[in-house]
Amino acid sequence: MMAVIDREALWQVLDGVPDPEIPVVSVVELGIVRDVREDRVTLTPTYTGCPATQVIERDVRAALDAAGYRDVAIETVLSPPWSTDWISASGKAKLHAYGIAPPSDARTATCPQCGATDTEEVSRFGSTPCKAQWRCRACLEPFDRFKCH
Amino acid sequence: MATVATDSLLFETLLRLGDDSLILGQRLGEWCGHAPSVEVDLSLANMGLDLIGQATLFLNAAGAAEAQGRDGDALAFHRDVLDFRNCWLVEQPNGDFAQTMARQFLFSTWQEMLFGHLEGSADETVAAIAAKAVKEVRYHAELSAEWVIRLGDGTEESRRRMEEGLDWNWRFVPELFEMDALATEAAARGIGADVGLFREDYDRRIRAVLAEASLDAPKDQRPILGGRRGHHSEHLGHVLAVMQFLPRTYPDAVW
Repeated sequence: MMAVIDREALWQVLDGVPDPEIPVVSVVELGIVRDVREDRVTLTPTYTGCPATQVIERDVRAALDAAGYRDVAIETVLSPPWSTDWISASGKAKLHAYGIAPPSDARTATCPQCGATDTEEVSRFGSTPCKAQWRCRACLEPFDRFKCH
Repeated sequence: MATVATDSLLFETLLRLGDDSLILGQRLGEWCGHAPSVEVDLSLANMGLDLIGQATLFLNAAGAAEAQGRDGDALAFHRDVLDFRNCWLVEQPNGDFAQTMARQFLFSTWQEMLFGHLEGSADETVAAIAAKAVKEVRYHAELSAEWVIRLGDGTEESRRRMEEGLDWNWRFVPELFEMDALATEAAARGIGADVGLFREDYDRRIRAVLAEASLDAPKDQRPILGGRRGHHSEHLGHVLAVMQFLPRTYPDAVW
């Protein structure tokens, strides 16, 4: 008899897979995992050209295998397109604590080092496609800001 | 096993979309390590990465529509100049930074509008790729427009260079709006866009940015067409020579 797969347990396995670029948040917190069924996990890429996409799929596969879910397939979908709105509240808090300003609609970012809001954009593109480079005018520290997308 | 028939209209439509992104992505990659500042270097590489990502999706879908066993890599690395369907604008040399930004501005503004229309494509894959990529391209269009303004309204030299960059690239704009028989058929089937529908909007957007940059619109020149039928400038062969060298020389290379 086949064991019944507990979807909640699958979610927990996936929540243990860190994002390869920003390891403090999990792929679940980043909103990359779109759906979990008994036989299938659905992922979506952040940016079309993000090189981490393949690494994420590999890491998810490894985590599923290690937890005994060898028969659970991985499917990638493009639609609806990933949005930073899908990053969870806990994910945003972890980004901030890690030194990355989380995405927000505010005109200026809150400096993750000192908490000041007197900040400015230095470059629209940062260390990865999903981040822009900012600078704090109060503590003068540079920092990454997750772009609204 | 049932054989899948080739959908040649969809295949050709996807090649045009994928080749535009692939060739411009490769061109932007040439800037790696050569840009005026590290921030600019990052932005050019990141835009290139977005475009290569689009190309991968479009060309993989093209391979599926062709149903002859070719995937995106086979289409990117094992076709010759005459089989490429990109427009002339994207294969133009980078020139200086102003010329690169002028090209990006003229192309990304168009691509953003094109993808906006393709979000409603009758082909699900085209619609999904367009809806995803349009969010990235919007950023490319904004960034390059900012540089057109900054350089155009900057020093005497930066202004001269931006004028020259726009002047060089301008002759390739009419091709973006060409509706040949294939494009017309694709639009009629609902899978492609009727680019003629947004020509006026495009001109308005370009003019608004040029006005802010205190630049005059470049003079119209004899339009150059033919990329969509495989007629290319001498530059494309050189782009392909660099891009295709490794997979052709070491066909089984993996990394």
